[in-house]
Amino acid sequence: MIALKAKKGQWVQIHKVVLNPEERAPQVPEDTKLVPLVMRVKGYLIDEEASVGDLVSIETVAGRKVVGRLIAIEPTYTHNFGKHVPVLAEIDREFSQLADSLNEGEEK
Amino acid sequence: MKDRSYRAVMARRNEIMKASVGIDYDRYRITDIAFDYERMMEEIGYTLEEVEKIQRETGVGNTPLIELKNITKLIRHISAPGKGARVFLKDEAANPSGSFKDRRASISVHKAKELGYKGVIAATSGNYGAAVASQASKRGLKCIVVQETFDSRGIGQPEILEKGRACEAYGAEVVQLSVGPELFYYFLLLLEETGFFNASLYTPYGIAGVETLGYELSKQCRSITGKDPDYVVVTHAGGGNLTGTARGLRKAGAHDTKVVGASVNLSGLHMASDKDFNRKSFTTGHTGFGIPFAVYPDRSDVPRNAARALRYMDKYLLVSQGEVFYVTEMLARLEGMQRGPAGNTSLTAAISLARELPEDAIVVVQETEYTGAGKLPSAQLSFAIENGVEVLRGDPLALDKPGKRIVIPEKPEQIRARELPLDKLRKSYLKELAKRGHRELTAEDLEFISADLRLREDKIMEMFKEVLKNG
Repeated sequence: MIALKAKKGQWVQIHKVVLNPEERAPQVPEDTKLVPLVMRVKGYLIDEEASVGDLVSIETVAGRKVVGRLIAIEPTYTHNFGKHVPVLAEIDREFSQLADSLNEGEEK
Repeated sequence: MKDRSYRAVMARRNEIMKASVGIDYDRYRITDIAFDYERMMEEIGYTLEEVEKIQRETGVGNTPLIELKNITKLIRHISAPGKGARVFLKDEAANPSGSFKDRRASISVHKAKELGYKGVIAATSGNYGAAVASQASKRGLKCIVVQETFDSRGIGQPEILEKGRACEAYGAEVVQLSVGPELFYYFLLLLEETGFFNASLYTPYGIAGVETLGYELSKQCRSITGKDPDYVVVTHAGGGNLTGTARGLRKAGAHDTKVVGASVNLSGLHMASDKDFNRKSFTTGHTGFGIPFAVYPDRSDVPRNAARALRYMDKYLLVSQGEVFYVTEMLARLEGMQRGPAGNTSLTAAISLARELPEDAIVVVQETEYTGAGKLPSAQLSFAIENGVEVLRGDPLALDKPGKRIVIPEKPEQIRARELPLDKLRKSYLKELAKRGHRELTAEDLEFISADLRLREDKIMEMFKEVLKNG
């Protein structure tokens, strides 16, 4: 069950627009200029209670107070080892065979 | 309240940086172009003995140098008779946070503590963040790491997400930003807000920290083989790894050792492009940093960059993403070492180089990094496929196309680094000067550039005239 409301002191993630498209640096390429510069940071909720989408305050581990829109309650890491990649299985097998043949060469 | 607009903050950059690194760069200024590099390194850096002592305090350095006997055997198997150098690897993953970056962070964080700062900030999407966080936690300082992490869809590059996780594990606040060069702007705002120390990668502290790497590897190589390496191959991005290692080699007296830079070729991809951001499988050690920083080092987050690659680079080799993935699997299967992407870039170049050298030559690959979720080839290739990049077997030299196609070699013979001539980089360096409005060079400029490019002054004048004429 995903908690619908975050309580004071809970570990959360917020999001904030730092620069709107028209405020971005002049040297930014065209595709990047179309979108805002966005920031995300995690910390402990200062508000008594909040829901995803609310404007909240947090205290980060470095002790900063930051205000932003709540986007996750107890966020988890989602990066992983990836899927099975057939090309890698193929080359791994080739290297194992190569290791055998290099060792055989040595024994002779 | 101070003006927080992009323009206003950038206008305050020198004042903010001066307060946050404890270095008065004006002391070393000679002209707009020239500064007294060696005096800056001497006065602000530390001696090798001091650096060793600081690093021992937090368990940094003294990593093993390992001979890659099976890979050497393979190289000889596919090379002309009598060819195939011995390849060694310095296992920098054995540092506390898993990469050579601990060497750089150790000195900056020590300095921050000494100067009385309460915390440190680093702008990095790489292993340096974890290194600063780790050193800060050992010395009881707070730490903030600012990362360029995700694109406008909110999707993060897996390697950067992993590096962010590591920072948080060591107790850092990680500020994640979407794509764009304004990361530097936000970094300045944070320095101003917190009064923390700027643990820049490019101060003399950061470079002094890497000198022990070059020094150690020379000593180790002599003790194992009886001589210095003929070549040391360094994965090149911002230039600090190469600069520090080369300086350390010189301090060890290894004057004949050639220093080779190696980068993953990502030509055609724009580094500040929201669309290109997640079409690359390597987030550092690539040409998107390697070339710009070599040809204009002072673009960094400090006024005068202590990392100056062209002063020390003897050769620059480019490899493809597919070749590095292939070699990463090779290292695991043939040598029993599963390591992260950065060191495998220089290993790929080293394999190519070793094939052309006699059997008694020695090539040292000077780093490895930890690996795992997000960093592994399986994670990166899955991500590439999801983002519309084609992955196939073939000859990378003929088929590689960064951002569109990753080509994994069909056989080890297809590992072939491409050399980018140093004169091309030197010319780009002069073009950068012209771009910044310089039309004439003073005697002091020439002397400085000659050391920066390792090129005679008359050659520089000749090249500069050509640049001004033809652009």
